[in-house]
Amino acid sequence: MHIRAVLRLLALVIMLFAGCMLVPLGFSLLLDDSALHAYDKAILVTLLAGLVLWVLTRREQRELQTRDGFLLVALVWTTLPGFATLPLLFYLPGLSFTDAYFEAVSGLTASGGTVLSGLDQLPASINLWRGFMIWLGGMGVIVLAVAILPLLGVGGSQLYRAETPGPMKDTKLTPRIAETAKGLWFVYFALTGLCLLAYHWAGMTWLDALMHAFTTMGLGGFSTHNASYAYWNSPKIEMVAIVFMLIAGINFATHFLAWRKLALAPYRRDPEAFLFVLVLGASVAGVALYLYAAGTYPDFWTALRFAAFNVVSIATTTGYSNTDFNAWPIFAPLWMLFLCSFASCSGSTGSGMKMIRAQILFKQSFRELLRIIHPKLHRPVMLSGHAIENTIVFAVLAYVFVYVSCIILATLLLTGSGLDVLTAFSAAVASINNTGPGLGEVGPASTYAVLNDFQTWICSFLMLLGRLELFTLLVVLTPSFWRK
Amino acid sequence: MKIVILGAGQVGASVAESLVSEQNDITVVDIDHSRLRALQDRLDLRTVTGSASHPSVLVEAGIEDADLLIAVTQSDETNLVACKLASQLFNVPRRIARVRATDYLNDEKVLGPDGFEVDLSICPEQVLTDYIVKLVEFPEALQVLDFADGKVSLVAVRAYKGGPLVGHPIKDLRHHIPNVDARVVAIFRRDTAVAPGGDTLVEAGDEVFCLAPADDIRRVMKELRRMDRPVRRVMIAGGGNIGQRLARALAPDYSVRVIDHNKRRCEALAAKLERVLVLNGDATDEELLEQENVAEMDLFVAVTNDDENNIMSSLLAKRMGARRVVALINRRSYVDLVQRAQIDVAISPAQATIGKLLAHVRRGDIVAVHSLRRGAAEALEAVVHGDRESCRVTGRRIEEIELPPGTTIGAVVRGDEVLMAHHDTQILAEDHVIVFVTDKKILPKVERLFQVGARFL
Repeated sequence: MHIRAVLRLLALVIMLFAGCMLVPLGFSLLLDDSALHAYDKAILVTLLAGLVLWVLTRREQRELQTRDGFLLVALVWTTLPGFATLPLLFYLPGLSFTDAYFEAVSGLTASGGTVLSGLDQLPASINLWRGFMIWLGGMGVIVLAVAILPLLGVGGSQLYRAETPGPMKDTKLTPRIAETAKGLWFVYFALTGLCLLAYHWAGMTWLDALMHAFTTMGLGGFSTHNASYAYWNSPKIEMVAIVFMLIAGINFATHFLAWRKLALAPYRRDPEAFLFVLVLGASVAGVALYLYAAGTYPDFWTALRFAAFNVVSIATTTGYSNTDFNAWPIFAPLWMLFLCSFASCSGSTGSGMKMIRAQILFKQSFRELLRIIHPKLHRPVMLSGHAIENTIVFAVLAYVFVYVSCIILATLLLTGSGLDVLTAFSAAVASINNTGPGLGEVGPASTYAVLNDFQTWICSFLMLLGRLELFTLLVVLTPSFWRK
Repeated sequence: MKIVILGAGQVGASVAESLVSEQNDITVVDIDHSRLRALQDRLDLRTVTGSASHPSVLVEAGIEDADLLIAVTQSDETNLVACKLASQLFNVPRRIARVRATDYLNDEKVLGPDGFEVDLSICPEQVLTDYIVKLVEFPEALQVLDFADGKVSLVAVRAYKGGPLVGHPIKDLRHHIPNVDARVVAIFRRDTAVAPGGDTLVEAGDEVFCLAPADDIRRVMKELRRMDRPVRRVMIAGGGNIGQRLARALAPDYSVRVIDHNKRRCEALAAKLERVLVLNGDATDEELLEQENVAEMDLFVAVTNDDENNIMSSLLAKRMGARRVVALINRRSYVDLVQRAQIDVAISPAQATIGKLLAHVRRGDIVAVHSLRRGAAEALEAVVHGDRESCRVTGRRIEEIELPPGTTIGAVVRGDEVLMAHHDTQILAEDHVIVFVTDKKILPKVERLFQVGARFL
């Protein structure tokens, strides 16, 4: 392993991140709000840290190996939130580092759980920084770095694979990885632009529209208002949000292909997209009927409106809300939490186990059933006409096992440290799936500020685990990774 | 440039490795998924699994906007069909195919514009055969390459004690053989390149690369080592594609024996090669070698399709007394392992064969590219175009040209005349310049040097 070479690249990414902070700085200048002093200090510290690290390691220009790639991605994702806390810490001196780190992790992993209250009173640029973090983290900082820094061919694709979600990452969109990364960012950027326009058209101010376009496309639920979407109480805005959340929940590689070919065929060939829309549609209808039948809402259309927005928001792991769904009969919010753990597609900005893993898992279980009936059966797991290799099936099984173990362990730790079961379980599920709000004390009407420091760190770690799809982070923590 | 490579075998993989860079978008197609994955893990390129001649697979590989198709699958037919489709359906401007069967090559119409529309056909087996035949002609050389239609040769020789030039500076060469215009273009000492100046001493064990008119090679080699007696008896292990071609090429002038373990193959060979002794048996069988008098062989060539077999049989032959042994070795790590130890020349087929193909891909007007030292260095023949304004080479004396470090201009061929490069040799348009590059990484710079660039217009 070439630790110094890894650190050199880390230094470059940190400097790139310092550059990203120019965005809120620019807005702060433009809007002349009170947070200006927070950014110049933050940028200075970040840039200096990157520069010092780079000067110390600049001679180490080696090709990265697979292991180095994992280490770099893990380091980037644990250190960048540290730097991202700086504007928050400088602006809100009362904020503890633990809480600020949670907020930054929640931003960069596109989760959306917050510890801050009084969002409406925060300067616009601070809120924008929170949204911008979600936007950066949604598509991935490393992918951005691969696209715009010349991070070496092969090394780049190792990194890309360590960061992007999904079980199968062998197929590249373009021959060179930098082009793939550029293409993905371009589509992401363009869709965000569309989303911005749509929000403004639906009635948001430009600033709110921008902030929410960032968080919608990144599928992280930060809002500029404590009340989230209930602030506008506008079905039109909610419609826009639903459409763009669905778009962002589909594989961006598919969007990229569709855009390049100017055809809808790639969506048809995508093994996940159809099922994703189907599952969400059915859930929305089901939850709406259930709420109506349970008498939560007086008429079906109101029930449908609230069901549609909240189900899509939670299932795509965004985390907006337009009502306190915590108060709904418990089946509905539990079903939503269940959805968020698998509904989004691989390669989207959503998180959780991913639809494709759920499909493989389901088909594998079905195959085992068939094998009991026909012991000599030979049948591969098929996905949209292609046989899935057994190694991938096994990887998915291991993934799900680790995933469930993490949730159980985290729930135990959280209850052990004093939370009630529902809060603990929902916080664990919402964190590992990068959803944001949970149920009970961490429901949509309250914040994660109720957690103590220990619990906050657990949730931060879970969010990182979820964003990097467990193994990228866990592999760095195994002893054999470090053995020569 | 967008390049589609069909076939991820040895040739396909080496071509991909040579071409992968910032400037090239490469997609490799193969039917074997695992081969592709290995390639994709190592290089920054895209892979597509599928049958290489199917239009749908070609489309998936992006053939529609490809600039170059390189069809190097195992099957001639697949390659030909792919070229034809690429030309007719997808308008790919340049198409290169690997064609083994000589039947296809006999009639120009087959590959021509009315046939399969192949711009360039390469046959790795033939290239290798030529390579080995050269080694038979010049048994002292490690490699002999021809430039400018055979007017100039580049020869790689290991210097041994006893050669008149060994222990002397390079400039003495001119005094030793006054009427031969030869030039030492590079010296590799213990695997690192030494820049050859007039005062550089040639040491025993150096690998010396020398450019000389083709007729004078022998006299140049004599300077560097004691000459062996010419080759008369050759034993070839492996009667496959290469073995057969080699035997046929050598049969008229040498006494040739071919060993193959497949009885049927032996019968077929024997029927085709009348003057050759075809032996059925195992090339690593000590008794067989003993019986066939391996100790009397001037040259033992192992060309089976199995690396380990080639290494073992040639080591065995060497120990049993064969004067010189040559082995075909695909794996690069093996080549480094065994060359210089017991095996006199280890040939890496992939590197030896892709030169012609690379020449076609390079920018600038490059006629020939030869990989040397298993791909670490290259020798290329470039045609100079333009004038003093549009090209950084044309019309200048060699000392005026800003050559990247590690590059030597060895010779200039003007019409039929061969001029060895001196600092004051002036280069004119349409000259063929032979350039030696000791580090492959600087190749793009060298190519740019010979390009008639827009920014100079």
